[in-house]
Amino acid sequence: MWSSIRTAWTIFLHMFRRRVTIQYPEEKPYIPPRWRGRIILSRDPDGGERCVACYLCAVACPVDCISLQATEDEHGRRYPEFFRINFSRCIFCGYCEEACPTYAIQLTNDFEMGEYDRQNLVYEKEDLLIDGPGKYPEYNFYRVAGLAIGGKDKGEAENEAPPVDLKRLLP
Amino acid sequence: MATIFIDQERHTARDGENLLQECLALGYDLPYFCWHPALGSVGACRQCAIKQFKDEHDTRGKIVMACMTAVREGARISIHDAEASAFRASVIEWLMINHPHDCPVCDEGGECHLQDMTVMTRHVYRRYRGRKRTFRNQDLGPFVNHEMNRCIQCYRCVRFYRDYAGGRDLDAHALRNHVYFGRHADGVLESEFSGNLVEVCPTGVFTDKTLKRHYTRKWDLQSAPSICVHCALGCNTVPGARQGTLRRIHNRYNGAVNGYFLCDRGRYGYEFVNAPTRIRTPLMRRQRGEALRAATRQEVLAQWRALVDRGAKPIGIGSPRASLEANFALRTLVGAQRFHLGVSDAEHTLLESALALLRESPARVASLREAEGADAVLVLGEDVTNTAPMLALALRQSVRQTHMKIATKLHIPHWDDAAVREAAGSAKAPLFVAAPIATKLDEVATRVFHDAPDEVARLGFAVAGAIEGRKAHRVPDTSDATQALADEIAQALVAAERPLIVSGCGSQSVELLRAAASVAAALCAKGHSAQITFALPECNSGGLALIEGKRLGAAIEALRNGDADTLIVLENDLYRRAGQAAIDALFESAHQVVVIDHTASATSARADIVLPAGTFAESDGTLVNNEGRAQRYFQVFVPNGDVQGSWRWARDLLAAADRGREGDWANLDAIIGACAAAIPALAQIVNAAPGAGFRLAGQKIAREPPRYSGRTALYANVNVHEVQVPADPDSPLAYSMEGYPGEPPPPLIPWFWAPGWNSVQSVNKFQAEIGGALRGGDPGVRLIEPAGADGGAHFDTVPQRFAPRVGAWLLIPLHHIFGSEELSALAPGVRELAPQPYVALNPDDADMLGLAAGELACVDLDPAPCRLLVTRRADLRRGMAGVPVLPWLHFAALPAFAKITKAEASRVEAE
Repeated sequence: MWSSIRTAWTIFLHMFRRRVTIQYPEEKPYIPPRWRGRIILSRDPDGGERCVACYLCAVACPVDCISLQATEDEHGRRYPEFFRINFSRCIFCGYCEEACPTYAIQLTNDFEMGEYDRQNLVYEKEDLLIDGPGKYPEYNFYRVAGLAIGGKDKGEAENEAPPVDLKRLLP
Repeated sequence: MATIFIDQERHTARDGENLLQECLALGYDLPYFCWHPALGSVGACRQCAIKQFKDEHDTRGKIVMACMTAVREGARISIHDAEASAFRASVIEWLMINHPHDCPVCDEGGECHLQDMTVMTRHVYRRYRGRKRTFRNQDLGPFVNHEMNRCIQCYRCVRFYRDYAGGRDLDAHALRNHVYFGRHADGVLESEFSGNLVEVCPTGVFTDKTLKRHYTRKWDLQSAPSICVHCALGCNTVPGARQGTLRRIHNRYNGAVNGYFLCDRGRYGYEFVNAPTRIRTPLMRRQRGEALRAATRQEVLAQWRALVDRGAKPIGIGSPRASLEANFALRTLVGAQRFHLGVSDAEHTLLESALALLRESPARVASLREAEGADAVLVLGEDVTNTAPMLALALRQSVRQTHMKIATKLHIPHWDDAAVREAAGSAKAPLFVAAPIATKLDEVATRVFHDAPDEVARLGFAVAGAIEGRKAHRVPDTSDATQALADEIAQALVAAERPLIVSGCGSQSVELLRAAASVAAALCAKGHSAQITFALPECNSGGLALIEGKRLGAAIEALRNGDADTLIVLENDLYRRAGQAAIDALFESAHQVVVIDHTASATSARADIVLPAGTFAESDGTLVNNEGRAQRYFQVFVPNGDVQGSWRWARDLLAAADRGREGDWANLDAIIGACAAAIPALAQIVNAAPGAGFRLAGQKIAREPPRYSGRTALYANVNVHEVQVPADPDSPLAYSMEGYPGEPPPPLIPWFWAPGWNSVQSVNKFQAEIGGALRGGDPGVRLIEPAGADGGAHFDTVPQRFAPRVGAWLLIPLHHIFGSEELSALAPGVRELAPQPYVALNPDDADMLGLAAGELACVDLDPAPCRLLVTRRADLRRGMAGVPVLPWLHFAALPAFAKITKAEASRVEAE
């Protein structure tokens, strides 16, 4: 008896507390910028695809929901021929972002991905690729890597000496 | 054996071996770069530094290079010593100074020895902030990609390429931190073994260019133990597949066969599996004259059933490039009396003779490893570089046996590579090459002899006679020079401990095989432990010879006279086996032609029913190599649609014909068992690999590495629901990442990997002793062991001297590593390096005919004349001419005499 009265009293007191429930979806909640939501592929500051198809995200993924195929353009720049994430399997752990050596794959603070058909949760590269650099505005992998690509020859990357002239006899 | 102490722990190690090798064999992880088990030690990279102590009271010790220090009784060393560890970490930091930030875009990533060693030494952050040295790359041809920035100057590439494989066009250029490994200019690497640079290079300087086009990381490759199908040596391979296409071939270590290396044909010929010429669905035509159209499995089997009901009388033609199981299944389907081998008439004779000679020979049939250890070699009439490339690599090592003898005398350990080479200088073990034309092995040969195949055979008989020393066995009409050469060869062979006689089917001469067998028999009769080996034409020629069957001519005859009306052809393009007219007639006299093959050919175009077979990557089976070693290959991936192993198609045809329990094979084990029971010579093939029921701790062996990625996304675009893992009733391997996590038995190793060792160097962890047999024995069972009895000499068959003819030339077949083998020639890279059709003539003969190099000659070949570009070769004797063996040239029975004339100019223009 006493317990019931105490319960009723507690509930009565809650009427005067501040409300935490918000009227989603009419009212949007605050999502921190480092939230691990919908995955995107970003572009480097020059507008090129950042993904170099190294397969590290795919191997880091604990549910194996990322798959891709590497290919190259005529100047030797690597990019994914296809890039597929099966969001119906994704657990948004962020390991792919952590593994990515080029800041290409990033998790965003969008979580509104509900679908009636599971098949629609399979995202291809066209669905994933955004037009900007995302959270990391500066980094451009190919400016640092030693590989020559279109528009960047050997020795033109950061901290690189010009290519060695093998015919030079000076010590 | 010696007792040594590693970090206070007592171990036994092989006395005199180097400490690095023994530490690795004992299971320690010690980083290294320049050492390679096949290349020895040079102590160049300073990476394997350890501490060595004088005795148990010595606490200071000194740093030594493990690879340059021999194991001594009571030696005390420390791997984990703080100073040694710091030394190793600083060496790798220094090696990494110029290494580019490339791993994500580097094909070596994930199986990179440099990555593994960097992790092992715990070098994590780059302190160097200066500028990195860069190089320009070279175009090294269709097989090897060059990215010189990544080089850490370990010199392994040139040590393999130049010292081991005998190549000349790759070298170290420039000096100090500018040392550059490449050619003098862009161009195709000349060595037939250039592809091994991909595995020898500890980092990504040399990578697989064919893999680059459909790149996949090692951890994403579904692999299975396999056997190379591009020549008869049966090298062990690891093909890797992803998404239903074959991505690359890697070496699979087999201590008795290929060891650490593969030839470029074996490594890069795989692309025929992905070629557009593949047959992917059953095809059939209702009537002759109609076009072939795709059909369902039920339709073709119903058509076959209707044929059987009408009382069809089938005969079968097998194939030297199909497995034992496929050939046996066809033999069961048509009956042993109606089974034909499916090789040309000449080749049939050659195979029969080769098998008979090997069986009755008192000499042991040498494995590739044994060929490496031979200390005197006679090559009779075979261009091994082009017909059995890895045998040529083995023979290049055999000439180093003298180096080892000199080193032993001087107390230099055999693994101390630079010292051994310095001490030995240009000394080499005797290697005699007698062939119709100059071969690449000539450059390491003691003496070479170029003459007609019959003359080469006569030289062989002369050598045998000289060894026997009996007057009766002297070869008549031998010139003094030839007899002197024969005496010299005989002397060298008799003086050797492990002489080896090499011959083969390349010159299409039975006399050559008999001569080689006679030399081996003569040596054995004198009490020497001689060895013999024959280069056979195709991957299962040996197996086909063991199965036995009728000649191709008998099939033509049976169809013509009505004994048979239906022809079943297994994995064979008959237009490569006999003249076009004969094969056309064969097809016309058959009411129905059924072809089981994986690749479209002129033969499959003539078929009424075509059944899509699996290639080596899509089926299981057993192949018998030239050593008589039966080795099993396992399916790598499950093909789409109706593609299945040839033996399964033969079984389905049997079932449709409703022949009771005959051919009621549930899985591979069943047909292997039936084959072993039916053919006594093949009784042992059951033991080539564990059967399908084999389990380790109740588990199968996974074809996919544990980190295989994309399982739930790879086919999600087709259907988001994951498909079930296909079952494999035929083998103890699973199409899955799940399986026994430990070490599988050697015939079932699907890939080499050990914790901390992601690169191919992990093979060290699978060997009983480094460079020796795999733990559990090397895979394969030998089916031919030497006959104890004397005999095997055939002095009664010495051929007559070669007599040149006026106006006609003896045409001999010339083999090319790239192009002469049917399947690899379908791979774009191999095709690119294949020669244009040509006719080779002695310059004097060419002048006589008024033919300059590059002009067209009309060669009056049987059965049809053809017009070929002229190549002048001074090493070809007068009266002889050579034409290349190329699948796209029509069949000609060679060697044969043919007229050669200058093609008329007007006709040249017309062409």
